Amino acid sequence: MKTMLALISNVLCRITGKNAAAQTVSELLIDLSEYVSLTSPVTPAMATTQRQPPKPPPVSTSAPQLVSVQADPLASPGAKVVISSRSFTSQATFDIKKCELHHLEEGPPDKAEMTREQGLQYYHSMQTMRRMELKADQLYKQKIIRGFCHLYDGQEACAMGIEGAINPTDHLITAYRAHAYTYTRGVSVKQILAELTGRKGGIAKGKGGSMHMYAPNFYGGNGIVGAQVPLGAGIALACQYQGNNQVCVTLYGDGAANQGQIFEAFNMAALWKLPCIFVCENNKYGMGTSVERASASTDYYKRGDYVPGIRVDGMDVLCVREATKFAADHCRAGKGPILMELQTYRYHGHSMSDPGVSYRTREEIQEVRSKSDPISMLKERMLSNNMASPEEFKEIDVEIRKHIDEAALFATSDPEPPLGELCNHIFANDVPIDVRGVNPWTILKSSS
Amino acid sequence: MALLRCFHSGRSAVSLVGRREFHKTSPISVKMTVRDALNQAMDEELERDEKVFLIGEEVAQYDGAYKVSKGLWKKYGDQRIIDTPITEMGFAGIAVGAAMAGLRPICEFMTFNFSMQAIDQVINSAAKTYYMSAGFQPVPIVFRGPNGSSAGVAAQHSQCFAAWYGHCPGLKVLSPWSAEDAKGLLKSAIRDDNPVIVLENELMYGVTFEMSEAAQSKDFTVPIGKAKIERQGSHVTLASHSHMVGRCLDAATVLAKEGIECEVINLRTIRPLDVECIETSVMKTNHLVTVEGGWPQFGVGAEICARIMEGPAFNYLDAPATRVTGVDIPMPYAKTLEDHSIPQVKDIIFSVRKTLNTLTLNTHISALDIGGAAQKQRVDHVTTLI
Repeated sequence: MKTMLALISNVLCRITGKNAAAQTVSELLIDLSEYVSLTSPVTPAMATTQRQPPKPPPVSTSAPQLVSVQADPLASPGAKVVISSRSFTSQATFDIKKCELHHLEEGPPDKAEMTREQGLQYYHSMQTMRRMELKADQLYKQKIIRGFCHLYDGQEACAMGIEGAINPTDHLITAYRAHAYTYTRGVSVKQILAELTGRKGGIAKGKGGSMHMYAPNFYGGNGIVGAQVPLGAGIALACQYQGNNQVCVTLYGDGAANQGQIFEAFNMAALWKLPCIFVCENNKYGMGTSVERASASTDYYKRGDYVPGIRVDGMDVLCVREATKFAADHCRAGKGPILMELQTYRYHGHSMSDPGVSYRTREEIQEVRSKSDPISMLKERMLSNNMASPEEFKEIDVEIRKHIDEAALFATSDPEPPLGELCNHIFANDVPIDVRGVNPWTILKSSS
Repeated sequence: MALLRCFHSGRSAVSLVGRREFHKTSPISVKMTVRDALNQAMDEELERDEKVFLIGEEVAQYDGAYKVSKGLWKKYGDQRIIDTPITEMGFAGIAVGAAMAGLRPICEFMTFNFSMQAIDQVINSAAKTYYMSAGFQPVPIVFRGPNGSSAGVAAQHSQCFAAWYGHCPGLKVLSPWSAEDAKGLLKSAIRDDNPVIVLENELMYGVTFEMSEAAQSKDFTVPIGKAKIERQGSHVTLASHSHMVGRCLDAATVLAKEGIECEVINLRTIRPLDVECIETSVMKTNHLVTVEGGWPQFGVGAEICARIMEGPAFNYLDAPATRVTGVDIPMPYAKTLEDHSIPQVKDIIFSVRKTLNTLTLNTHISALDIGGAAQKQRVDHVTTLI
């Protein structure tokens, strides 16, 4: 071993011209790392088969805006993470799964470019979503969160990929598994958790709860399965009416995919060429019913019939991003609506009341976790392409953990909304009105 | 046809219909049908605010199933007057979504019976959203269309939804009767930043009313939540809405000949109810009869009676308040049956007399065998009280 070590070390010294003598494996590695830092990071000669010669970063509105959108004072965007003195690959191109197409001549590309900054940002956001949902799980089990709580862990690549492809001025509406979208659309973890715990610091002042969080260009959070789909088409109609070149991403699940009103929305969206991206998040189960037991056709991307469709790997953030970019371009070009089926998976049950193992096996869940976890996949990609170091990821994890803990502390210590809030916000821009209370002698006040 | 039914309200079968422009030298008041009043309201609001648009079945190229939107598509085009497929849940949801994103839709239901298919969008997506979002997301939308019974359209097309929508917080529910009501309330509804239901009535569309000079103005609105006293009286308060207001006025005319002066209140708004107006009237007349076309259980009249009981007017009642309502059955088709399914003028007169206790032993409802025995029983009961 020692001979081998000395041999390698000597060879390296000869190549590099350094005069060093490694005594241990770690010294050898340190030697190597010092060597790497001395050379230019973009030397093509050092590129492996997966790396491409550096190109200027793509003109994308997504990455910088992702950073600016996070208004949470507790968060520090990934860009601020202390970067070690090592040099990394600034950008790489990745193979992504080819999308199956329906009524489309061509689809999204089968390669995706990602810069180091983007990668770290995606990781940061997805890990934040993951840890936020796990914290919600914890708080629910402590009975600090009540009622409904539908968790999104496992599906982070969908929310991140979509947000990475649209502008903050575009619109998004989803169903009740909405915490992650609330985050990607700009609401802080603190305000999301405080809404879950029903406090006045929540994004809906504690009056909405898990399924009713709103933000600029984010229309919830909707509790009635499928109802959000016509709403989304209506938002798209408003975009078309106002001629602002914006699109509306309208999400629903495999369970909702059989709702009649969705087909009504498809019809009108196609008829009037509304700029609506319909997205079916197929996580294989609608509550406790597997897709095979619920749908006569599980090709959800084809269910739009005359609406063109794409089937996307929803566990790969880059695949989702490229598909969404493609879809947004389609809509903005005035070609009408388009349907994306994101094949994804949720680790939790349907909600916190559902253990999630009566209709599927623990083995299945474990297999997805180990083979297709979206966060792990992204991390591995970045590591194997030298786009980041394990230490960096660890640092991000630590920072996120701290951020979530602080947010949870706020969410558990913030007071509930005062009773005076009970009757407010019934009507907008209206005079204060009297509201009948529980008995004829209780007249409450409502202000806008 | 509709005119023959409304003795009082159809003052003149001739009306100067269809004119939207009025010269400055025109007479002080003009005659106008309810249909044209609604049309004028929409026309003026479409002109005033480009965010306003009309969406519904047959509203554009067909000029409206009942011609209420006649001429609007020609004037404003495809973008502002939108024909939809026959998919209520879908297009109501689309209208609500458009309202959330900043537009001001008028969503027409061909009749409110079809709104049942879309009622989830009206209640859960429109009415509740401003509250659930703690004041972040307003929904400035109007749902309008004919409500209640018509003529010979039978059970599935004759339901009154005043009580259903009136039940829900987050909605404003309007029920115009006259042309002035129709124009003013619809304009108020469109200008309101909240979900407003406008329950029109098909039988009233062709009825002509005088429009005052004020009502002819492009900025004429009728305030939401304020009832109107159509006829002053001192012996009994008749509280009614929509089509039944006309029947109350007819009953009042007949009763006046006997020296019974009815005060007829046109509610105009179902939610929020103008309880103060009713209370003030009851404190004057000491008797209350509510009159509606809808079913009795959990209806508008039931709410009014409950509120009167809970308020200061209760102590002024000399007799229990009475509700005159549609019969508690699905609407039959045959003419005679249909006629006996909703309150007729004589039913209102009967209830007033009972309430005022001016009913003699020999006075009972004629021609109605069904429940005749029950009627006789009630008459006997009255005798024992005297």
